[in-house]
Amino acid sequence: MSDPVSALKNASDSTGIVQISEVGPAGMITLRGDLADKALIKAAVAAGGVNLPEQRRINTEGDRGMAWMSPDELLILCPYAEAKDRTADLAAAVAGQFALAVNVSDARVVFELKGPHARDVMAKLAPVDLHPSAFTPGMFRRTRLAQVAAALWMPQEDCFRIVCFRSVAQYVFDLLNVSAMPGSEVNYYG
Amino acid sequence: MLNIHCPNCGVTAEETEFHAHGEAHLTRFGPGASDDDFESYLFMRANPKGVHFERWRHQNGCGKWFHMARCTMTLEIFGTYSAQTTEPPQDILDRIRARRPDWNPHP
Amino acid sequence: MSTRLANGGRLLNTDRPLNFTFNGKQMRGYAGDTLASALLANGQMMVGRSFKYHRPRGLVASGAEEPNGLVNLGSEGKFEPNARVTTTELFEGLKAESQNHWPSLEFDVGAINAKLSRFLPAGFYYKMFMYPQAAWKHVYEPIIRKSAGLGKAPQARDDDTYEHFYAFCDVLVIGGGVAGLTAARTAARAGAQVMLVEQTEHWGGRAPVDGGSIDGKPVDNFVEEILSELKSLDNVQLRTRTMGAGVYDHGYVTCYERLRDHAPDTPGPRHRLWRVRAAHVVTATGALERPLSFAGNDIPGVMLASAMRDYVVNYGVSTGDRTVVVTNNDNAYLTAISLKHAGLDVPAILDTRALPQDSELVAQARALGIRILMGHAISSVKGTKRVTGVAICSQAGEGAVLEEIPCDAVAMSGGWSPVVHLWSHCGGKLVWNAEKACFSPDVDNPPKGADGMGFVTTAGSASGVFALDDVLCDAHAAGDGVATTLDFKLPKGDSAPKATRREEAPLMPVWMMPQGASVKLREKAWLDYQNDVKVSDVRLAAQEGFVSVEHTKRYTTLGMATDQGKLSNINGLATLAGALDTDIPSVGTTTFRPPYHPIAMAAIGGEARGDVFQPIRRTPLHNWHEANGAEFEPVGQWRRPYAFKRAGESTHDAVMREVKNTREKLGLLDASTLGKLLVKGPDAGRFLDMLYTNMMSTLKPGKCRYGLMCSENGFLIDDGVVARIDEDTWLCHTTTGGADSIHAHMEEWLQTEWWDWKVHVANLTEQYAQVAVVGPNARTALENLGGMDVSREALGFMEWTDGTLGGFPVRVYRISFSGELSYEIAVEASHGQAFWDALMAVGADLGVMPYGTECLHILRAEKGFIMIGDETDGTVIPQDLGLHWALSKKKDDYLGKRAQARSHMADPNRWKLVGLETVDGSTLPDGAYAVGAGTNENGQRNMIGRVTSTYHSPTLDRGIAMGLVLHGPDRMGEVIDFPGTDGKTYQARIVDPVFYDKEGEKQNV
Repeated sequence: MSDPVSALKNASDSTGIVQISEVGPAGMITLRGDLADKALIKAAVAAGGVNLPEQRRINTEGDRGMAWMSPDELLILCPYAEAKDRTADLAAAVAGQFALAVNVSDARVVFELKGPHARDVMAKLAPVDLHPSAFTPGMFRRTRLAQVAAALWMPQEDCFRIVCFRSVAQYVFDLLNVSAMPGSEVNYYG
Repeated sequence: MLNIHCPNCGVTAEETEFHAHGEAHLTRFGPGASDDDFESYLFMRANPKGVHFERWRHQNGCGKWFHMARCTMTLEIFGTYSAQTTEPPQDILDRIRARRPDWNPHP
Repeated sequence: MSTRLANGGRLLNTDRPLNFTFNGKQMRGYAGDTLASALLANGQMMVGRSFKYHRPRGLVASGAEEPNGLVNLGSEGKFEPNARVTTTELFEGLKAESQNHWPSLEFDVGAINAKLSRFLPAGFYYKMFMYPQAAWKHVYEPIIRKSAGLGKAPQARDDDTYEHFYAFCDVLVIGGGVAGLTAARTAARAGAQVMLVEQTEHWGGRAPVDGGSIDGKPVDNFVEEILSELKSLDNVQLRTRTMGAGVYDHGYVTCYERLRDHAPDTPGPRHRLWRVRAAHVVTATGALERPLSFAGNDIPGVMLASAMRDYVVNYGVSTGDRTVVVTNNDNAYLTAISLKHAGLDVPAILDTRALPQDSELVAQARALGIRILMGHAISSVKGTKRVTGVAICSQAGEGAVLEEIPCDAVAMSGGWSPVVHLWSHCGGKLVWNAEKACFSPDVDNPPKGADGMGFVTTAGSASGVFALDDVLCDAHAAGDGVATTLDFKLPKGDSAPKATRREEAPLMPVWMMPQGASVKLREKAWLDYQNDVKVSDVRLAAQEGFVSVEHTKRYTTLGMATDQGKLSNINGLATLAGALDTDIPSVGTTTFRPPYHPIAMAAIGGEARGDVFQPIRRTPLHNWHEANGAEFEPVGQWRRPYAFKRAGESTHDAVMREVKNTREKLGLLDASTLGKLLVKGPDAGRFLDMLYTNMMSTLKPGKCRYGLMCSENGFLIDDGVVARIDEDTWLCHTTTGGADSIHAHMEEWLQTEWWDWKVHVANLTEQYAQVAVVGPNARTALENLGGMDVSREALGFMEWTDGTLGGFPVRVYRISFSGELSYEIAVEASHGQAFWDALMAVGADLGVMPYGTECLHILRAEKGFIMIGDETDGTVIPQDLGLHWALSKKKDDYLGKRAQARSHMADPNRWKLVGLETVDGSTLPDGAYAVGAGTNENGQRNMIGRVTSTYHSPTLDRGIAMGLVLHGPDRMGEVIDFPGTDGKTYQARIVDPVFYDKEGEKQNV
């Protein structure tokens, strides 16, 4: 079998006011079910390697993590190579329950945005209050970036990770580039 | 542009994250229903000037549906609540009555 | 002549001279100049020709309200029409051209219109250009187009870029004059997150021009101090060159930042549109001075008194050497005094009032030796391209001339109107303030937000208070009040800045000068400079029966130009009230709509242009397609290869080749865009039985079934193959366009109707690259890849299985949309390209070729398979398409079932699907209608059907088509007529829609 190829082959750009890079391929598993169910939580924690996040938050540790997507959905992050096994483990653990575990690693793309202007560049595209008092590392926000759906979080200050659908990877990469063009500093947050 | 609170994920966000889907609390009529019932289910919609109950979806967000009680004239939002209900909950009705003492739900 | 003075100019940096051109003429200004002040400094009073009569026009104002000074700026990709000279900052190398004249500004042929003015009255478009109709196209429109209108539309693509920015704050303060600064500081001191925006590049507004002192200091010092405090606060954001453009529902405000209009050659976006969500908005937008309506008030040299003062104080520019001041209030005396202090001559102040005693400013003016004529007015202004004098009269009379005063400028003031636009945009109401003769915000009826409470507060002059100490008190109270509403608390002892109080005598409302002006004078008294509307036009409209201010506006075009009547609005409706013999409040105002001042369309578009105009969805194989001659077609936001062109081939040739090759050898189709929805749960079978018209719960694991979906209206919305994965899991394929909408459709029913059903849906569309391997050699190709048994016995038609091919984990569906032996193979998207490459490699000896969507269409049409969007258009039900076999009779209910029982749906006269074969083998025009006997009630020929799909079939070497035809299935063999738009009539025979391999032998091998 071939090596997995992410949508933009880890394209990057640092000609603008932030560094933009595709970080891929990344492992992602959608888990749907009753987020209060102990067996499901246990299986999720085992797969994600982190604690269950609270509403609208994400817990991460390196490549691993878990994000709260909706009242009955989690997104589990792991190394790409592990995603299939983790999905199978999860599916086995929740078998017989009303739950769904499915590998979505290939359906998504992850971008990273880095630099002191990161909040400003994001705020050009997402209708979200990104003030440091309103959006902090550990939060997870599903929203839109210009005309497409996306989710974003901050692994640390001055850095965003963005998940969107694979088919619009080029669009989002271009969007980020346009929004980070030289001379476009806003100096609102940064 | 409306600012809307999603009761499912707790986000308050601008209208562009959401999509409106018309009147709430309709009763579905299927095979065996009379022509009149079916017509009213499929086509007849309240179009009040004032309090209105609506279906919304947090489309560019958690993806979940919910209901909203809203004034169509002033755009005041009385509250948003679960989509999994056949009628507005009491706290929403109380809030509407507090804000619109003359409101008649069945004019 | 207007000129640069030796002294003055608080905004100028005379160390930095700047060169620019106006109509090709080299001119010079300084950093800090606006284009307007620089033009005046170069003696260029006349800046344009008027819209309708092509009258010479000069500057009237000094800010955003300027109606006349519109120019074309720049060239090519930097060309901008209708740029306002008063809001254009001067920069080195600026190129401006005046508008609306031919051949030149000085000599304009169109000025003949002025001589014809009595033929161009209010509503002349409606009156003059009705008949004959044909003249519209050939005479009226070309002539009107040529002579009317302002700037030219740009021809070149805009070189600049634009962007949006989403900001959130507790308090957005709009306007950076002393009121805005004070309100912002008060709210910030209380702890609110504050954003303060100012449309110009300078803070302080016009208070520094008007003088006085605040907290014992000159106004400029006060501004500096408050600004440095605001800059030091973490909770304050300050933006100059940023205009509050529009106030919308729930505290949403657009602000327009002009980043590079003053420095067009520096890199970066030109404009930024701020999309601000504020808990509360403070509009400290100031007030605008009103012109007075007297004959000749549009002659270059007649200017608002405050503007003339601005030019002297801010830019060290004189409008003229001898200026007559005409006023109905004290404020204009400030202009006379400034002019005097600048060493200029003021031969007279004409004051319409009769004051019992001199107020402070009147006394000051008198002390400077200025001649003050109380109860006096202008009868008419002398001059054409420039003021040469005024004829004066008494305000009370009809304009009999008492004296002529030679002068080269007139400063006029009709009083002040608060800028209430932003207050009004979202529903804030106004009240008439009789004392100040203006509409002020009605504080009891503010615009209301999501909680039903007011979310806009005005501060300073925008509230309708004009004295400096009142302005500061009002602004401080606004900041405090807003902060308190938002649960912030101002530190004890914080109070409003104190200003020196100047006692002013009351204003006298003057709407016509003189009050009894004759028709002749009224015909020369302009209300709306930009759209050329005069007092006589509004009076004529009233006479013709227009009583509503909104109708009068549209009939006369008053206030409809790019300045949206900033100067003309109040004067116009006062004139209308006068003509209707009623009072101003009962006439009311027209509606204030955003934006406050024109903003570039490109700024509204933001980043959405060029490559990112809209999202383009690409499959994992997109780059390969691009590199291999694909001609793409849009399918929703996806781009799918239409055909793969080879060198020297036409698109049609390529399609024909692809069809033949797929039927005879082996074709590969990128089917990745097809929707793949995983439906799982104990109630999934029951759920799918409701969504599909046929039965899905009875499908056995390992099997596939073609299914139809209808809306509750009964109409077909989607189709596709459903595979049962295991006991409680199904995978539903949708059309390319349907993946997202059908996913949403499923979630809608699960979340809002059957929320107790246990079903999960996951959209896996993009998880897989899906490749259709099609043609007689398909099996051999897969066998050559190796890894799993794909024989007829192991994997029968309409079965699926998981396995490995060429080392790739795959899911193989044995389904066919072409009638050929066909496998659709799903592989994880990250391996999609490698898998495709492997297929191309093993297929090389088997005649493999990729094929596109047009080939796909022909293959399916030859087989009589329907396509959602071709055979369906949102009004077609499965019964129309002969798909009765897919409508389960065992089910009590499915979405659309009840609707399909309605009388119209069961009507035997509904058009039905048939095949169509042209008699001569040609191809029917797409979308052509068939005509039958007789005519309808409109005298048109009766229509009896239409073409839904039509192609040239290379397999049959003839045109084939499908269509919906009245009683079609009962008329097999009958020939019907399809008139084409090319004038020909095409004859086609009604046949069975399956043209090729009727028995389905080929796909079953």
